[in-house]
Amino acid sequence: MSEAVITIRGLGFAYDEMPVLTNVDLDIWPQDSACIVGPNGGGKTTLVKLMLGLLEPNHGSILIGGKTPAEARRRIGYVPQYARYDACFPISAQEVVCMARLGSSFSGRYTKQDKQAALEALAAVSLADLAQRPFSALSGGQRQRVLIARALASGGDILILDEPTASLDRESEQELLALLAKLNQEKIILMVTHETGFSSTFFKRIICVNNQVYVHPTSALTGELIREMYGGDLRMIRHDHRCCPEGHQHD
Amino acid sequence: MTTAAALKDTNMTELFAALTDPDLPFLRYGLLTGLLASISFGIIGTFVVVRRISYIAGAISHCILAGIGGGLYLQTVAGISWFTPMTGAVIVALLSAVILAQVSRHAGQREDSIIGALWSGGMSIGYLFIAATPGYFDPNSYLFGNILLITKQDIFFVAALDLVILAVVGIFYNKLLAICFDEEYTLLRGVRTQWLHLLLLCLTALTIVLLIRIVGIIMVIALLTLPAAIAGNFAASIRQMMLLAAFFCAAFITTGLGASFYLNLPSGSVIIVLATGAYLLSLALDRKRTGGRT
Repeated sequence: MSEAVITIRGLGFAYDEMPVLTNVDLDIWPQDSACIVGPNGGGKTTLVKLMLGLLEPNHGSILIGGKTPAEARRRIGYVPQYARYDACFPISAQEVVCMARLGSSFSGRYTKQDKQAALEALAAVSLADLAQRPFSALSGGQRQRVLIARALASGGDILILDEPTASLDRESEQELLALLAKLNQEKIILMVTHETGFSSTFFKRIICVNNQVYVHPTSALTGELIREMYGGDLRMIRHDHRCCPEGHQHD
Repeated sequence: MTTAAALKDTNMTELFAALTDPDLPFLRYGLLTGLLASISFGIIGTFVVVRRISYIAGAISHCILAGIGGGLYLQTVAGISWFTPMTGAVIVALLSAVILAQVSRHAGQREDSIIGALWSGGMSIGYLFIAATPGYFDPNSYLFGNILLITKQDIFFVAALDLVILAVVGIFYNKLLAICFDEEYTLLRGVRTQWLHLLLLCLTALTIVLLIRIVGIIMVIALLTLPAAIAGNFAASIRQMMLLAAFFCAAFITTGLGASFYLNLPSGSVIIVLATGAYLLSLALDRKRTGGRT
């Protein structure tokens, strides 16, 4: 059996004495695909920041291939939400993707290989012909794919996405999920999301974060589980286009 | 020739005569310094606008009065002749850049309060030094700018600053662009973003110091940000934005100095009024072009 790529043991983190994550154990396996869900303030973003090495744990450890997150940053491609960027920033899609190649030299000048890697990454997300297009002139779905291309250009084998489907229309969301499914053949995909509707069709596992962490196969995702996860009286309305011609199916 | 055309011709002749008159070097120095400064303002102003740190640049510019006052006091009272007000301004500007870089990193939600404290605290200290210095000193020249203060030496300082800024930005362009667009991601790529942020603030501080003679402490922030903000409405890349911002800045300084000469008005205020008017016009044009979409 292969070894876990990310190993989290006894992880604890608090902001100013307020615990956000307590005693977390988690293993992420090669070619894993998992969505990270939970209520606001439950610790999803904190868990991601700890895995990226942007925060240091108060207790426990995170190891990525036996190294600390800060040492293993080059293995991780991080995809933030496109909506957080300045919509007027004058920068081309290729310039955004090239940022993945920063850090290898003192000045940060890009080599021909860097620019080529950026173009290849854009081609992988079907945006090669829009390389010189201003980022601000792209649609939401295209911007999100540019950010995925940036993560691909860094060459890592782990892709962490922070709510990439937020603010996307249904068609763009489906395109994005198809792309992630393709990428999952080679890479680990971890995706923070509030939308659990598509998780059972794409993800293998669901990581529920609400101060503590529980991992379930996506087949176990039910209204009861979501109620427990979000900690309140909650009604699930499933919009399933494949099996519900007469309307909504309520759990 | 119409009366208006004749008057315009006379004014142009007068302006040209003033620019070439050996007894009136201040207008020539002011224009040359302004045109050279446009390069620094275009480049640094673009970074200030896209990184959204104009309030930090504002704090640095206002802190500078503490250095000017301190320099004046040490020169007059303590007899340290080499410690000129401009020496004090450079030291305080760089010091405030270092403090503000640390504040950005550690203060979190209190950042704006600390910036406000430095902003007004720096000005107050400057005024106290000026009040404690014997003799008359008019702080308005530094607050609102006075091209009469510009010397031949300043032209060389501004030219040297242009070279430094062109070299530093030329070398670190990609990294500076990256921290302005996405600092967190840049950090994840192993770039020491805190040093780049400090470098950017120090360059901003030096640019502000050398330009306060033209438009003054209070208005320098407008000349730093407005041309770049106008350029941002039309530019497709940061390089294009820098070039356009430098062009707009040069245009405002040239027309502002010319207009202030004709109308016998303070040059700094005229330059800023022109820049503000152009900015509002550009906003209206941009709104019309995009149909009000943001």
